[in-house]
Amino acid sequence: MLGQSQTRTKTKSLNRQTHVEAAGYVGERGAGQVITRSLMYVVLVIGAVVSLFPFYYMFSAATHTSSEVLALPPNLLPSTHIFDNINKLIKDVHFDEAARNSLVIAIMFTAITVTISSLAGYAFAKFRFKGSGLIFSIFLATLMIPAQVTYVPLFKLMTAEGNPFGINLLGSYWAVLLPGLASPFGIFLMRQSMKNFPDDLLEAGRIDGAGEFEMFWRLVLPVMRPSLAALAIFMFMTQWNSFFWPLVVQVQTIPTAIGALSGSSIIDYGGIMTGTSLSVLPILVVFLFLQREFISGALAGSVKG
Amino acid sequence: MQSNPASSLEKSKPGFTLPRLSRKWAPYIFIAPAVILFLLFMVYPIIYSFLLSLQKQNEDGDLVWNGIANYQRLLGDAKFFQALGNTVLILVIQVPIQLTLAMILAVWLNSKYLRGRGFFRAVYFLPAITALAAVSVIFRILFQENSGFINYLLTTIGLPRINWFRDPFANQLLLLLAITWRWTGYNMVIYLSGLQSIPGDLYEAAAVDGASRTAQFFRITFPLMQPVILFTTIFSTIGTLQIFDESYLLTQGGPNDATLTVGFYLYRTAFRQANFPYASTIAYGLLVLIVILSVIQFRFGGDRED
Repeated sequence: MLGQSQTRTKTKSLNRQTHVEAAGYVGERGAGQVITRSLMYVVLVIGAVVSLFPFYYMFSAATHTSSEVLALPPNLLPSTHIFDNINKLIKDVHFDEAARNSLVIAIMFTAITVTISSLAGYAFAKFRFKGSGLIFSIFLATLMIPAQVTYVPLFKLMTAEGNPFGINLLGSYWAVLLPGLASPFGIFLMRQSMKNFPDDLLEAGRIDGAGEFEMFWRLVLPVMRPSLAALAIFMFMTQWNSFFWPLVVQVQTIPTAIGALSGSSIIDYGGIMTGTSLSVLPILVVFLFLQREFISGALAGSVKG
Repeated sequence: MQSNPASSLEKSKPGFTLPRLSRKWAPYIFIAPAVILFLLFMVYPIIYSFLLSLQKQNEDGDLVWNGIANYQRLLGDAKFFQALGNTVLILVIQVPIQLTLAMILAVWLNSKYLRGRGFFRAVYFLPAITALAAVSVIFRILFQENSGFINYLLTTIGLPRINWFRDPFANQLLLLLAITWRWTGYNMVIYLSGLQSIPGDLYEAAAVDGASRTAQFFRITFPLMQPVILFTTIFSTIGTLQIFDESYLLTQGGPNDATLTVGFYLYRTAFRQANFPYASTIAYGLLVLIVILSVIQFRFGGDRED
């Protein structure tokens, strides 16, 4: 089967990669090296503590009342107030609603961007058509343009006066979703992966009389699963974490709820740390299971092709 | 008989009828959703924003043409230059520190003698998956003046408390620390993957020739990593010039706007003062700056691949 043989070649090339990976610096040996290496470990461990401590502090503070968070000396051990905090969050900022909005928006955003990006990426990778080079370059060029340039017009588009249909989209999911759906980054990433799909298979499919969409759906997409997963994770995380745009179009998501909490006059420190914990936790869990996909999403932009 | 992989299409008849698409029209239909959305939500806003930057709102609230007056105002706008100064300060201090740290960590983690590489890589990457809003709030509480954990640590080792939110310099330092914490691991992972594509034989040959580790780094690693370093520099530059979340949530612009960024200034102008034309002018000022900086970095970074 196609899928299997692809996987096999993939494993082989991965093995080769680990072999290359294993070769690092080749240096002098001896006592000096032992000291250097111990120092290296000490620094790496300190770095790891610095990296992890804010997470630990956040999760621990999430179980404290506000005054416990502010107590001196600080109490770093977990306490028992996590459910009180959650209930207060629901009462004060409708956190349950914010969480639902965040989840629905992130899932819709992921599904639509991955679909649009893979369709367009496939066309740019496997077809030669009029204007393909130009259109693709324009997509890429906008990666350099700061998002700020588009904020004001996009905001106006979402108001009833600013769009030709007279529909007020502020406060709706579509206001959050629409601006990001055609993602140049996603299209670029998909084009890079789709390029590797063998042309012979497509030709064979055409000779067998398969339609173009059918081939995309049944031949290409199944093989592209790892890239699709990486893109999906990247898109989900981007949307889940995004703060500025939901704030502007007035949709309460977890990040904007956190923003509202931290902007209130009396800050509930325990509650706010519960809120941030609930924002970080889902992504953290997915990261622990799908590290490779996370990292290849992060790398995608840096690989030229 | 030679099995044709595409013949599996024959066997697995679709459960629903897929539209039959000819080769000639397929690419246009495939890119259509992306292009339509892109025209509406990217191209149109970019053009409209520029037109808006040449207008102003008169007393009746109508938009009227204003020539380049907004741009003249921008060039004389002390607040804009303060925000720009704050942002550039992050750019020239934080970005080099962060990229150097990332490179050192990546080189260490690339050593074949190191144990726990996967663990360290995951731990250092972890901050990069965290929402900026969450990072900002966590840091705000950790660095809280009277009962924050960091000030507690400082006083326990006999140092004075630092007024992270009232002292302008400390406030800027706080912003730098938060950004460095968030992004170092991300850049490290990018460097690490670049390092792993350098063949090990190169280092072995250099070691045989008696090259020290430092020499190996500057003669082999650094030149081969140049495209990757260029990418991370440009990426960090564009990212830094657009900083908003941290300025808004962590420092709230800081004392006397010490950590007001261009992104935050634009937000204030557009969505608090509702001055859309001038906000667009700020955005275009930022765009020009990013283009200039990217061109400079391309020149100096030398794009060796093309």
